[in-house]
Amino acid sequence: MREFRMPALGADMESGVLAQWLVKPGSAVSPGDIVCVVETQKGAIEVEIFEDGVIEEILVEPGTEVPVGQPLARLDGGPAAAQGAAPELKPMEPQAGRPADVQAAPRSPAAPAGPPPEPRARPARALVTPAARRRAAELDVDPETMTGTGIDGSVTLADVEVAARRPESVKRPPQELAPEARPARGFDKSAMRAAIAAAMQRSKREIPHYYLGQAIDFSAAQGWLEARNADLPPASRLMPAVLLLKAAALSLRAVPDLNGHFVDGAFRPGKDINVGWVVALRGGGLVAPAINGVDRLPLPDLMSALRDLVQRARAGGLRASELSSGTVTVTSLGERGADRVMGVIYPPQVAVIGFGRIASRPWVVDGQVVARPLVDASLAADHRVCDGRLGGLLLAAIDRHLQKPGEL
Amino acid sequence: MSSPAAHMTLIREILAGIAPEAADCDIPGDADVREALDLDSMDFLNFIIALHEQTGVDIPETDYPQLFTLDGAIAYLGQHDRS
Repeated sequence: MREFRMPALGADMESGVLAQWLVKPGSAVSPGDIVCVVETQKGAIEVEIFEDGVIEEILVEPGTEVPVGQPLARLDGGPAAAQGAAPELKPMEPQAGRPADVQAAPRSPAAPAGPPPEPRARPARALVTPAARRRAAELDVDPETMTGTGIDGSVTLADVEVAARRPESVKRPPQELAPEARPARGFDKSAMRAAIAAAMQRSKREIPHYYLGQAIDFSAAQGWLEARNADLPPASRLMPAVLLLKAAALSLRAVPDLNGHFVDGAFRPGKDINVGWVVALRGGGLVAPAINGVDRLPLPDLMSALRDLVQRARAGGLRASELSSGTVTVTSLGERGADRVMGVIYPPQVAVIGFGRIASRPWVVDGQVVARPLVDASLAADHRVCDGRLGGLLLAAIDRHLQKPGEL
Repeated sequence: MSSPAAHMTLIREILAGIAPEAADCDIPGDADVREALDLDSMDFLNFIIALHEQTGVDIPETDYPQLFTLDGAIAYLGQHDRS
């Protein structure tokens, strides 16, 4: 008999509210299937299962607050009962058996680790913009069943208005009206602030941070981007952030001591380079869901993964594994951000790499001061694992990679 | 879909899909929508993608600054939207 348990979605999570089941007794499940939605301080999170089997019994009703580790359902059938100790119980450890590895390793060794874009067993669920969701609630229609005309097929405000004027087709079935059965896709601002505070207090208390910074000439990368994007429709264009992210991930290959988790007094290097990407949420708060195997993803795939991730982070619809599989964090402040950022490490990770706004500044080339687009790269890393010399190697490697954008 | 009013409606719909508060608030025509609605680089790219997909107008990166304001975006679509 195996049990599917409430996962820990971050260092700070103690419990979550089971909001919705997407399976029922008798449902066959396989690794990667989303089986339920859990309300956390980070909003509504879709929780995957990482075993084969059949759901035998649902143990927790929607609306129930459940501590991390408590069984939510029992499953039967499928191979290898020995694997039954639900691997998501210890999601913070980058060892074999944790969710991201299950996703990445056994299925298709030839393919890169599975980041978001190919949701194999994801139930057909519409992306719904926050405005559309709010309006849909007012009009008492179900946005999940609509055909979206927005970005990436997302359901927009206009779609909701149009659908609401139609007859009964999209009206919510009455049995779904119970509030506890409908996950609220927003997030509670004060709860999220508390979650961020808890994680960052732990970080500042436990992790002896050191900080490094380096200005990097972004002109080669910018020129390459402009030339590439000029021939492409908007949806295929790359953002500078994608180059920064890929350069950081490739550089981590050479400095593995910055990629992994510090658990139980020891550093455990990550098997893959799973980068938590910091997404600022509208109205405050942030979340850093991970893209797995970033160093192996071609730039267009990385761009798609990033757009998908940001959209889901803001609209609701992140998956549990994305909140626990990160082995390092990268933050890019974007075109309207500050010049530089010195990050706070997200435990149990040991490093955060930051990029400030790319801006034209003075730079010396062949003894002459010239204007160049520069980006300030920074590293905050854990002194329990390594020293600044190693950190400096990482920033130097990022610089080198950004000088050869065609090879990213 | 080529009158300024139609373009205005389209632009506001797209922005409301990206930033919910755009549905309720009045944005001055000459204000930078990125500031007014706190749009980041990806939000703005999504705005461009949606405008392109719904009007067919090709908007090269070098023209992005012309679409930072509502007035600018309406003028730009007026010039380029031949649908």
